[in-house]
Amino acid sequence: MASDKVKTLSDSNFDEAIKQGVVLVDLWAEWCGPCRRLAPTVDALASEYDGRATVAKLNIDENPDTPSKYRVLGIPTLLVFKDGELADTLVGLRAKEEIASTLDRHLSVGASNAKSA
Amino acid sequence: MAADRKVLIIGSGPAGLTAALYAARANLSPMLVEGLEAGGQLTLTSLVENYPGFRAGIQGPDLMEEMRQQAAHFGTEIVQGDIVRADLSKPPFRIELADGRAVTTQTLIIATGASARWLEIGSDRRLAGRGVSTCATCDGYFFRNKPIAVIGGGDSAMEEAIYLARLASKVTVIHRRDSLRASKIMQDKALSNPKIEFIWDSEIAEVKDVSRGEVTGLVVRNLKTGHLSEVALDGVFIAIGHTPNTALFKGQLDLDEHGYIATHNGTHTSVPGVFAAGDVQDRIYRQAVTAAGTGCMAALDAERYLDGIPEEVLAEIA
Repeated sequence: MASDKVKTLSDSNFDEAIKQGVVLVDLWAEWCGPCRRLAPTVDALASEYDGRATVAKLNIDENPDTPSKYRVLGIPTLLVFKDGELADTLVGLRAKEEIASTLDRHLSVGASNAKSA
Repeated sequence: MAADRKVLIIGSGPAGLTAALYAARANLSPMLVEGLEAGGQLTLTSLVENYPGFRAGIQGPDLMEEMRQQAAHFGTEIVQGDIVRADLSKPPFRIELADGRAVTTQTLIIATGASARWLEIGSDRRLAGRGVSTCATCDGYFFRNKPIAVIGGGDSAMEEAIYLARLASKVTVIHRRDSLRASKIMQDKALSNPKIEFIWDSEIAEVKDVSRGEVTGLVVRNLKTGHLSEVALDGVFIAIGHTPNTALFKGQLDLDEHGYIATHNGTHTSVPGVFAAGDVQDRIYRQAVTAAGTGCMAALDAERYLDGIPEEVLAEIA
């Protein structure tokens, strides 16, 4: 199931990992049924956005600090970061198209700046 | 016009997967579209002890994986994805997936199930994922040693309350009536649990605090006296039943007065060639085994429809 394009994050490397660009983080746990349903979607997004956005997952059982920092009280939760700032939060199961359009929105904003830089 | 498929099944709970199993074994090469909540409600449960054939019980997600593998083994093409449009105006029926793909089919088996109901007070939805949940096994983790409430009085409400009592500091069950609807065995377990308290004859007027973006408590209305009171807590689990997933078919199929797909002569709907199975057409039983049973019926009904046997004749044979 797990795609090698999906980065595995932890509490210790989290801040570093979200610093640059658009980063989607899937907060999940082994015992969460809807998380298992969402996993193939996240895998597919990782392949589709390879080179444009980072797609990552964080196991909340092993990494309790990050969910509490972002006040996550339900999973699956998808956090979308743009250059280190939390830009969007999607709680619960979402269709792939909805997640993709959220990523597209954040990828297009400021894209012109990136080019001129 | 030639159809892409003889049988297309929407939904991947026990009804959809059993329909797929029977249709596949009848050489109808069915396609099954899983939907957003793949595997259905059972993937959110823990131990299932009332599905026949498993005397020690089986985990809900494991049961669904077995059914899925069994349906695939006999040749069901299982498609991940969600359906955004269904045109049932004339055969072949046309289904559109969220990714833009379209499929036409001679028969359609609808097994889209039911999804958890919310309170219809607004504040509960707005705090979803911020302390309000409809899935105890998913989100109980976040409320270790915290006070929480469970809303509802049926079997699933009691199951959630008992499960959550192991994690939370205290569970308050809030129920509209003065007695539980749950089965005797579940009632006894909940009523004797020292960590579970009950507030009877009451409904939720408001979940606080939307402006802070987190749950701080509930405003509870006593239905007999009208008296409002506040309960401070950190989490709310809603277990007040389910609503059938029929949005795709509104205006195209007859629904009963509760919004479930109306069926007759087995699993026939108001449109010939369209069949319904499982919780989307069952307000009363809503069990894994009854869903599987009606899924089997739908596949047999679809097979006979494809063979050109008129529905009236089938009704007479029956």
